[in-house]
Amino acid sequence: MKRSFGLSLSVCVLAGGMLAGYGEFSRPVSAQSGRATATNVPVIPHEPVPFFKHAPGIYIGEAMGIATNSKGNVYVFHRANETRLFEYSPQGAFTREIGKNIYGFSFAHAVRVDSEDNIWAVDEGTDNIIKFNPEGKVLMVVGRRDDPVAMLTNMPGTATFHGRNGRNRFGRQTDIGFDQQGNFFVSDGYFDARVVKFDRNGRYLKSVGTRGNGHLQFSTPHGIAVDWQGNVYVADRGNGRVVVLDNDLNWKANYTNVGNPWSVCVSGGPVKNASKQYLYSSNSWSDSAPAIPAEYTGEVYKMELDGTIVGRFGRAGKAPGEFATIHAIDCRDPNSLYTAEINNWRAQKIVLKPLPAKASN
Amino acid sequence: MTQSPMTHSMTSTLRTFVAVAFLALSASAGAQTAVPEIPFDSNVDAVKTGVDLYLGEVGGVGQNSKGNIFVYTRTGHPYATLGDNRTFLRNGSKLYEFDKTGRFVRELGQMSYGFNMAYGLRVDPQDNVWTVDLAANQVVKFAPDGSIALVLGRKPEAIGVRPPPPPAPGATPGPGGGGGGFGGAAPGPPGSGVPGSGLVRPTDVAWDKAGNIYISDGIGNNNRVVKLAPDGRFIKHWGATGAGEGQFNGAKSIAIDAQGNVYVADLGNKRIQVFDGEGTYKAQFTGVGTPQTMCMTTGATQYLYIAHSGDPDGMDDATIYKVRLDGTVVGKFGSAGKLPKEFSLVNSIDCRNENELLIGEMANWRVQKVTLKAAR
Repeated sequence: MKRSFGLSLSVCVLAGGMLAGYGEFSRPVSAQSGRATATNVPVIPHEPVPFFKHAPGIYIGEAMGIATNSKGNVYVFHRANETRLFEYSPQGAFTREIGKNIYGFSFAHAVRVDSEDNIWAVDEGTDNIIKFNPEGKVLMVVGRRDDPVAMLTNMPGTATFHGRNGRNRFGRQTDIGFDQQGNFFVSDGYFDARVVKFDRNGRYLKSVGTRGNGHLQFSTPHGIAVDWQGNVYVADRGNGRVVVLDNDLNWKANYTNVGNPWSVCVSGGPVKNASKQYLYSSNSWSDSAPAIPAEYTGEVYKMELDGTIVGRFGRAGKAPGEFATIHAIDCRDPNSLYTAEINNWRAQKIVLKPLPAKASN
Repeated sequence: MTQSPMTHSMTSTLRTFVAVAFLALSASAGAQTAVPEIPFDSNVDAVKTGVDLYLGEVGGVGQNSKGNIFVYTRTGHPYATLGDNRTFLRNGSKLYEFDKTGRFVRELGQMSYGFNMAYGLRVDPQDNVWTVDLAANQVVKFAPDGSIALVLGRKPEAIGVRPPPPPAPGATPGPGGGGGGFGGAAPGPPGSGVPGSGLVRPTDVAWDKAGNIYISDGIGNNNRVVKLAPDGRFIKHWGATGAGEGQFNGAKSIAIDAQGNVYVADLGNKRIQVFDGEGTYKAQFTGVGTPQTMCMTTGATQYLYIAHSGDPDGMDDATIYKVRLDGTVVGKFGSAGKLPKEFSLVNSIDCRNENELLIGEMANWRVQKVTLKAAR
């Protein structure tokens, strides 16, 4: 009896795993297509500003993460021949590389700067998050790279969703955000489907989420941001929604009308001040850039924190001011954004102009 | 407590070691009640890694007689060659030397064939630096001038990136031994390895006074100790997979006392086993948690420092024990975590100075210099 129960259980697990494997292809059509359902959204005039300057011989590859510090320095985490983390001056000049040849840089995914200007690099190849101090020295490492020999059977690139949900390990985690107490929140990721909360010393506190499209489920939680009240905004990319959680990871809301959020950003920077915060979400075309999604993606939505849409800007494309898969946004200044694009191998500085006065009809 | 040291000692033919086992038993009990906490300070900048030189997971740390510090660490990436007639590992680890103030001096073993997955480092009494690599299956001896003096084991010529195909119908099974490397057909119990110097995921190295080399081999298919002459010639080996006397479930670390007794950290069996230099089982003790690595002090009264990590991430349950050679725990220090004075997956201890240790961590990518203080 006991034995047959065990057998049926393992069959269930196997079947579940197979279903999960096909989850990417069975989600709702609207979410899959990436077409935003919001209507009558005002278009915010925007302008690309020439900014990033590289000396000869310095190149960026697929730009995955972008972040500013309190002094206006900009950090770009990108996939070159090796994954690299570049720093730029507030005027946009390349100043240095951080983390060269470090063990935890394999496949860039995000970079964020905390309230003390520490730089956090999120690498989905190694399952590591590395905290650098402003000088570039390692202060903390979270997550652990797998034993390379044990991973050989996953070559070449045959690893899949596992949902191990390790307390101190990730499954291709995607992004990080910080609250006012210094706790940090990780969207995790491709091979897990959850949000994890750690205290400021890197100690695991809790996590929430399983794979799926139901309540408190995620299909590739791909980006994360935290407001000054400690609420957590998760870009639930595969489900085409932003999921809002409170500071203890209780569900608060879903925002479902802005297409597939590839990245989210809450404006104002990590240190609380008097300004009003906005939420930005990038609805991007897919990595492989098929022509059809390019017709209706590539835009960034600006929202109130409650999900009310303020406006949108941008469209898919390769010209300056157009976007080919925005993978990260920095919105410390809500009207002067930095974007990182996968397909165009570039970062852009984008200035938003006031909305035109409403037509008098 | 499925296995008490008592049970094993009673089955031992060496009655003289019953007394040792009794001590071990009391140590085990003591570990669960009140082991004294040793007060200590820590410097997390024991080696200055600045912003253009990074430590990754620290496989091993050690210092020579001049106080220079050697760190064998994982950096960059282990690559697997593609589009060649074979796939093998390249890169992944580096060996750095720092002076006693922690300033970077030089790199050793640049572009070495076998630096793929740093796992251990020891400095011998003649200031040679020995690296242990878990992926290359090698132990390499560097002379003080940085040249390679001895290479033990061979890096696999090719690595399997997919599971091997199932055997053809009717094929005879291979030899029962652990597969020590070169296809030597020496059937033996699982984990007993193949006579020779072929290593499978070796973990640590130690020497007796005559300079004979002892390698714990290891955490792969082999569960044995390999003894080699000072020139690297194979002498003997002992051990197999299991929980009995002289068996191991992950031979994780090795140390040798002034009398030539060999101490082996038996990871999965959560014990330290003691052998004479010929591999004859003498004693064992528990009460030191899950032993990950050890260091033997060299003073008149010798102690073992034994790092315990009870959870796979080193974030919940960790400490370092100071233990007499009979297994009596005299104190412990540190706990799991990422802050200074906390430890996450300690894989290496240097105890050349009994009260000033170098502690290398896997998960925290750092070396802490720990200063132990007298209990108040």
